[in-house]
Amino acid sequence: MIVEEIMNDEPYTLAPTNTVVEALKLMREKKVRHLPVIDEEHHVLGVITERDIKEALPSSLRDEPNSPVFNAKVEEIMVKNPLVGHPLDFVEEVALTFYESKVGCLPIVSGGKLVGIVTTTDLLYTYIELTGATEPGSKIEIRVSDTPGILFEITKIFREHHANVQSVLVYPDSENTQNKILSIRVKTLNPLAMIEELRKEGFDVLWPNLPGVSL
Amino acid sequence: MKKAVFVYSPEQLGYKFSDTHPFNHKRLTLTMDLLKNIDALDDVDIVPARVATEEELLLAHDPKYIDIVKRAGHGELSEAQCESYGIGTEDTPIFENMHEASAQLVGGTLTAVDYVMEGKAEHALNLGGGLHHGFRGRASGFCIYNDSTVAIRYLQEKYNARVLYVDTDAHHGDGVQWSFYEDPDVCTLSIHETGRYLFPGTGNITERGNGQGYGTSFNFPIDAFTEDESFLEIYEKAMREVFEFFKPDVVLTQNGADAHYFDPLTHLYGTMKIYREIPKLAHKLAHEYCGGKWIAVGGGGYDIWRVVPRAWSMLWLEMTEQQLPTGPLPQAWLDRWQPEAPVPFIPTWEDPNPLYEPIPRKTEIEEKNTQMLTKALHIIRNENRA
Repeated sequence: MIVEEIMNDEPYTLAPTNTVVEALKLMREKKVRHLPVIDEEHHVLGVITERDIKEALPSSLRDEPNSPVFNAKVEEIMVKNPLVGHPLDFVEEVALTFYESKVGCLPIVSGGKLVGIVTTTDLLYTYIELTGATEPGSKIEIRVSDTPGILFEITKIFREHHANVQSVLVYPDSENTQNKILSIRVKTLNPLAMIEELRKEGFDVLWPNLPGVSL
Repeated sequence: MKKAVFVYSPEQLGYKFSDTHPFNHKRLTLTMDLLKNIDALDDVDIVPARVATEEELLLAHDPKYIDIVKRAGHGELSEAQCESYGIGTEDTPIFENMHEASAQLVGGTLTAVDYVMEGKAEHALNLGGGLHHGFRGRASGFCIYNDSTVAIRYLQEKYNARVLYVDTDAHHGDGVQWSFYEDPDVCTLSIHETGRYLFPGTGNITERGNGQGYGTSFNFPIDAFTEDESFLEIYEKAMREVFEFFKPDVVLTQNGADAHYFDPLTHLYGTMKIYREIPKLAHKLAHEYCGGKWIAVGGGGYDIWRVVPRAWSMLWLEMTEQQLPTGPLPQAWLDRWQPEAPVPFIPTWEDPNPLYEPIPRKTEIEEKNTQMLTKALHIIRNENRA
C-alpha cells in the first residue's frame, strides 16, 4: 500500500504571513493539529503544529490575553524545512518515519509542490482496516514454529471448512523467538470445528485462554 | 387483558440447517415441555405464529435477497450462486423451504408485536425469533431474516412507536444495530462478549450511532470470563440509565441464552443466575416506562439441553408473574429427554455452586468491565449533568 492511497489530498494550508491567531482558529474549526505552510507556488515552507503554538504562547496561568505572539506571523514559529514524503512512499516506511522521528504528520510533496498530508491518525485507521475488523468474523490466534510452509498447513484447514479468511497478521512471540503468533480473522460464527481440527493437527490454539494464564 | 402470550407454531421448527448445526430449534420443544411439566404453560396462552408477508420482509430486506432465499430453499440455486448473499456457507447452509421457515419466525415476532400493541396482552414472547445478525441483503451468523429489525420497523410504521431494543445475547446484535444506526427514534442496547475474538467482532463502545441517530446506539462489550456478578452489574446500570435517557414507548428484548459457562461458542462463564435476573429487570422497567409493553424474542443458545430450556422457562415465568422455581427439575421431563441428550442434565433449576474452578484475575476483569461501563455511559451521564 502506498501513501497516495491513504493521504488526505485536500489539506488545509497557511501562508507564511498568516498570523498565529489565524492558525489556531483554522485548527479548531477543522479539528486538525498540523498545518503545512506554503507559498504561492505551493512549495512547502514549513509545518506549524498545535504544539508549536502552545510552546510559543505564554503560560495560560499568566494573565496575558493580548500576548504579542498571537499576532506574530506563522513563519516565525513554524518548523522550517520539515520532513516530507512522496505519494509513492510505502505506508510501512511512513510508519517507521513517524516512529523514529517522532513527528505527527508528513506533508506529501510531488513535483516540488504540496499534494497531500498524512498524519499518525490516518496511519492508525489503516492499521485498523488491516486487522479485518470491518466485517463480521471470529478471531483465532495460533502459536506456530517459525518455519516455512506453516501458513499453508493452517490455511488448508480453513479452506476445507469453506471459511473465508478476512485477515492474517503475524506477530513475534514475546516468549520464544523460535515461534510466531498468527492472528487470523475468519468469516464464521462457529469456529469450533476449525479449532478442533487445528488442535488435532498439533497446532497450539491460544484462544480461549485467560490473558497471561494458561488454563 | 392477558398477562402474556406465548407465540409458537410447529412450523417454526422447520428453521433447521442440519442435525449437527449448533443452531437448533429443538430448544423450543424442550422449553415448552419443561414449562408444561410444571403446569406453567397452558394451551390457552399459546397463540400461533403468523407468516410474515413479503411486504413486511421488505421493511428490512432487499427484494433481490428475498428472491435468492426463496430460490435457494426450493433447490434452484447452487451454493456458489448464493455465497455472496451469505447463504450456502458453513454458518448458514441452504435447507429446504428456508424462506418459508424464516418468514414464520419473523411472523411470530410480528404476532407478538400485535398482541401487545393492540392491548390483547401486556407482554408477548416469541422464542423462535431473535435472529439479530441478519443484514439487509445478506445472511450472517445463522440468521437469514432479521425478525427484530422487521418488527421494529413495523412498530414504527403501524404504531408510530419509539422502540428500545435490548440484546443480551453473548454476541453483538450487529444486524439490528446497523439497521437503526441513523435513526434517533430507535435505541439499541447490546451487552456482549468483546469482539476482540468473538463473532462478529463489532460492538465497541465507540459505535454510538450516526448523523441524527448519534447517541442512540449503546454497546457494552464485556470481557471473556466475566461471570455473573459483573455481568449483572453492567446489565442493571446500563438498563436503568438507558431507559431513563431514551424513555421508550415499548421495549423489545432479545434473549439469547449463550452467555452460560456450558455454551460451546462463548466464554463469558455465566450461570443460571443471570437468566433469573435478566427478565426481572426488563419486566420491571417495561412497567415503569412503557406501561408494561414488552415483547421478548429468543436468540442464540447452543447448549440446548442443559442451558436453554431452563433459561427460557425463567423468561416466560417472569413474564407471567409466576414464582421462579427452585430445587429439582420435574423428573418426567428429565426421564423423557435424558436418553436423547449427549450430556447429563443439571437436575435442578439452579446450577451447582461452584459450577467451575475459580477464575484467576477475576478482580481485574471486573475492574475492566466497570471502566468500560463508565466510558459507554459517559455520553448520557454528561448530558444529565448539563
